[in-house]
Amino acid sequence: MSPSGAEVIRQIKSQVEEIDPAQVSEHLGNGIVLIDVRDSTEWDAGHIPGAKHVPRGYLESRIEGAAGADRGQEIVIYCASGQRSALAAHTLKDLLGYANVKSMTGGITLWKDRGYKVDVPKTLTAEQRERYSRHLLIPEIGLEGQAKLLESKVLLLGAGGLGSPTALYLAAAGVGTLGVVDDDEVDLSNLQRQVIHTTDRIGVAKVDSAEQSITAINPDVNVVKYKTRLDASNIMEIIEGYDVIVDGVDNFPTRYLLNDATVRLGIPVVSASILGFDGQLSVFKPHDGPCYRCLYPVPPPAEMAPSCGANGVLGVLPGTMGLLQATEVVKLVTGAGEPLVGRLLLYEALGATFTELKVRRDPECPICSKDPSEIADEEMGVFPDYEAFCAAAG
Amino acid sequence: MATIKVPPVLRPSVGGEKEVAASGETVGAVLHDLAEQHPATSEQLFGPDGSLNRYVNVYLNDEDVRVLDGLDTGVGESDTLVILPAMAGG
Repeated sequence: MSPSGAEVIRQIKSQVEEIDPAQVSEHLGNGIVLIDVRDSTEWDAGHIPGAKHVPRGYLESRIEGAAGADRGQEIVIYCASGQRSALAAHTLKDLLGYANVKSMTGGITLWKDRGYKVDVPKTLTAEQRERYSRHLLIPEIGLEGQAKLLESKVLLLGAGGLGSPTALYLAAAGVGTLGVVDDDEVDLSNLQRQVIHTTDRIGVAKVDSAEQSITAINPDVNVVKYKTRLDASNIMEIIEGYDVIVDGVDNFPTRYLLNDATVRLGIPVVSASILGFDGQLSVFKPHDGPCYRCLYPVPPPAEMAPSCGANGVLGVLPGTMGLLQATEVVKLVTGAGEPLVGRLLLYEALGATFTELKVRRDPECPICSKDPSEIADEEMGVFPDYEAFCAAAG
Repeated sequence: MATIKVPPVLRPSVGGEKEVAASGETVGAVLHDLAEQHPATSEQLFGPDGSLNRYVNVYLNDEDVRVLDGLDTGVGESDTLVILPAMAGG
């Protein structure tokens, strides 16, 4: 008479070497390859940190990809309770020749009962999988990167020329929370470049208009509106808790104030500025690279710092620069690529040229050379001749 | 002659050019030659004591001259100087 399934499992378990979760926990990271052979829904509900997922049905075809071809490699297999992992260990040993395979006693159930850590991966809804499918296909973003975007909080300073394209693309990319700071209303003269607003919203608060466009593109995004001007009295309260700040403000005092506050709180800033046909872009990541003051210790006098309102700007230029900002935000959030830290990118649209300059940390920088806790409220946003500058700038 | 890339705010002072050529063996000498050719740039670049204004960044190729030898940094014939004031437009 043929043996029952239960008897086969018992027999196989008796032939397979088992390992206790305590030993697995102790040796994790010491060259052991940990394989989870459960199905995808079980994996998605939680798995051991550092484990690789090879469902039992794909064991023979995928094990070399996960554990390598070296038959001496130490491999620990687990499942829910220790049965499927024993069968899988048996297969690896007897059929594939892996000599050093163990099955974890009691599976992830016992692991959890013992209080060891479990990773629960972020899962996407079917609609999100479709919406972000082109991101999921890029290895540098993938499910993990998309999950980071969905959990991220990005603050946009200004829903104007730079803020418009940045907001639209970050919304489309699935940034979970977009804060928008702007105290202005939509004006007809904005519409040549501020593409988040529309003709029928002239006179509407820019934060409300921006929210409408963002939500229309992607209802996943939580929009937080600040209809105010950023100043020393409200900056800490507004920016705290954001992962990245996108600086598109149109004046120097706010740029210096923002720099000092973000260095204090350790928040990276993706900064761009535009005028005429020229744009500048850099990422100021506190203590990993220079800050805005390292680059520009003092602002230029008003006659050397005309505004777009006074001197004009090519309508598509903030589009170009804003989307470079949005790209840097996505990179910072997902960890993909090399962010523009310690580098300044200049774009000159008439000649269609990009120039990259090095930006060094200033060891004497009055703000970022200090311990962040030593940056006092009264120092923030101040620079030499501040009062004269602001008086001249009106 | 070194090439100087002129920022938008200084272009009216150099006849609207984006790039001009100037001669000199150091950054200071090249900038002074620029100021002689285009006197309107002098006040924008230099303070009353002859030192470079703090709000003007100057790069030799891609490196800030502040981390080199400042105005004494040597300049070759094929080098490019970039004059860069901060911009705040958004």
